[in-house]
Amino acid sequence: MLSIDFRQIAIVAGKEFWDRIRNRWVLAVALVFTAFALVIAYFGAAQQGAVGFRSIEVTIASLVSLVIYLIPLIALILGFDAVVGERERGSLDLLLTLPITRRELILGKYTGLAAALAFSTIAGFGAVGLILSPQLNLTALFHYAGFMFSAILLGLAFLSLAVMLSVFASDRTRASGLAIGTWFFFVLVFDLLILGMLVVTAGDYGGAVFPYLLLLNPADVFRVLNVFTLDEVRTLYGLATVFPEALSSPTILGGVMLAWIVGPLAIAIWRFER
Amino acid sequence: MASTIVEARGVTKDFGTVQAVRGVDLSIAPGELFGLIGHNGAGKSTLFKMMLGLIPITSGEIRLDGEPVNGPRFRETRRKIGYLPENVVLYDNLTGLETLYFFADLKAVPRRECAGLLDKVGLSHAAGRRVREYSKGMRQRLGFAQALLGTPRLLFLDEPTTGLDPGAIRDFYRILRELKGEGVTMVLTSHILAEIQERVDRLAVMEGGLIRATGTVQALREAMNLPLTLEIAGGAGLAEQVGRVLEGIAIESIEEAGSVLHICLPREAKMPALARLATLGDTMRDLRVREPSLEDVFFGYRNG
Repeated sequence: MLSIDFRQIAIVAGKEFWDRIRNRWVLAVALVFTAFALVIAYFGAAQQGAVGFRSIEVTIASLVSLVIYLIPLIALILGFDAVVGERERGSLDLLLTLPITRRELILGKYTGLAAALAFSTIAGFGAVGLILSPQLNLTALFHYAGFMFSAILLGLAFLSLAVMLSVFASDRTRASGLAIGTWFFFVLVFDLLILGMLVVTAGDYGGAVFPYLLLLNPADVFRVLNVFTLDEVRTLYGLATVFPEALSSPTILGGVMLAWIVGPLAIAIWRFER
Repeated sequence: MASTIVEARGVTKDFGTVQAVRGVDLSIAPGELFGLIGHNGAGKSTLFKMMLGLIPITSGEIRLDGEPVNGPRFRETRRKIGYLPENVVLYDNLTGLETLYFFADLKAVPRRECAGLLDKVGLSHAAGRRVREYSKGMRQRLGFAQALLGTPRLLFLDEPTTGLDPGAIRDFYRILRELKGEGVTMVLTSHILAEIQERVDRLAVMEGGLIRATGTVQALREAMNLPLTLEIAGGAGLAEQVGRVLEGIAIESIEEAGSVLHICLPREAKMPALARLATLGDTMRDLRVREPSLEDVFFGYRNG
């Protein structure tokens, strides 16, 4: 196996990142995040009959519901044509005749796109954090930073899935179909399936296993990471009793998220090298 | 330097049950301008891609500059290779110069070379314009400039003149001649046979996944033993007099088009026929010997 040349990865990553800066993709996504986060911070508690910023924990709980839809979609759209797009243009063959390995090419693409996604997440939610900071204490800031960090991990996990689809798909149309399907499955269908199974078995069989099934979905890992690790939110959702203690460890959940980032990317590289 | 820079031995490629390349042997010497011709589906693109290490070889071996394709040291070999894919679409959002910078970085070539290369292919006026504003011909020239980055020793050009106007085609072959003068080896494919027949040193005719013939255009013509055509212009009574002096010579056909006679005859009959025609004197105003074109040779191999 050829060794990895990090310079080549950095060149490809740099191009992908600056492409997204120049075509204002990063700016647009950051603005979307800022706008939604501000609206949620000030009106998120309207259901409880109050308007205005209440607490960081309620804000995060509302933001999680938004981010869980938005970030996977944005990440999938960002990454679905990373490889198949180059293939369709004919530039993939050209790139592969240069002194760069397939592994370096994928890692470079992923790194550049991941940087663009992370940058817009930090800029978008960071701006809101700055606006709210006068009303936040250190613990609240820490929680908000944790939310931002987990949102980045969520994005990276779905970006990894997107790049994997991009390697397997034979053309862009199919890749976009697969990306939409992936979004539907993880964001809309997966929880319904688990809920359905729970209802059908009436909780009689393997009830203890169900919480662990949530780890099979990076979106759920993100939700668990944010919702179940905040005391006030656990109380708010009335969930404090149903979730195993072991799964509320941010370290374990972070590790699972990391696996969701590394796994699909590793499969993408494996497939691309064949 | 090795005596061959491109060496293929018993190369085959299977796609499922389809055998796209069926045992190809090929040697190309350093500094050669080598043409690969064949109709669509003949296997030349597949062979090209195997030479570049883009698709795995089913059996056999290809070496570039002595190094097996995709062998452990092939990354170094890639630095000496330039490639222009057919109908390549580069990055619309980059300018011409930025596009070259990107490829220069990947090839570890200093960026200062890029402006000169754009000038060489006649694109310096458009260096700062986005590629999305480029015409098809300009994109092709940019692709060519990219292939020339880092003074490659070996150039692979797939249908390189597609989309170029006649002036640009002439410029393109002028650059190829300069490169040949510098000792660069070039392998190019083309379906415009008339365009490459006077320009390549040798060529290979591919058909059905096999190389049917390799050699200079002249050697292929002779090997095919295709008939020649004599075109004779003259005054009244020309056909009759020509018919008389050529009596006894094996002529395949005579056609009269206006005041010009087209006489088709076997290669070995050329000199005796010319000697007899010389006796006609003023009746004959002009005479041209037309060799079979590469098209004729190509279709000869296809059909024979």
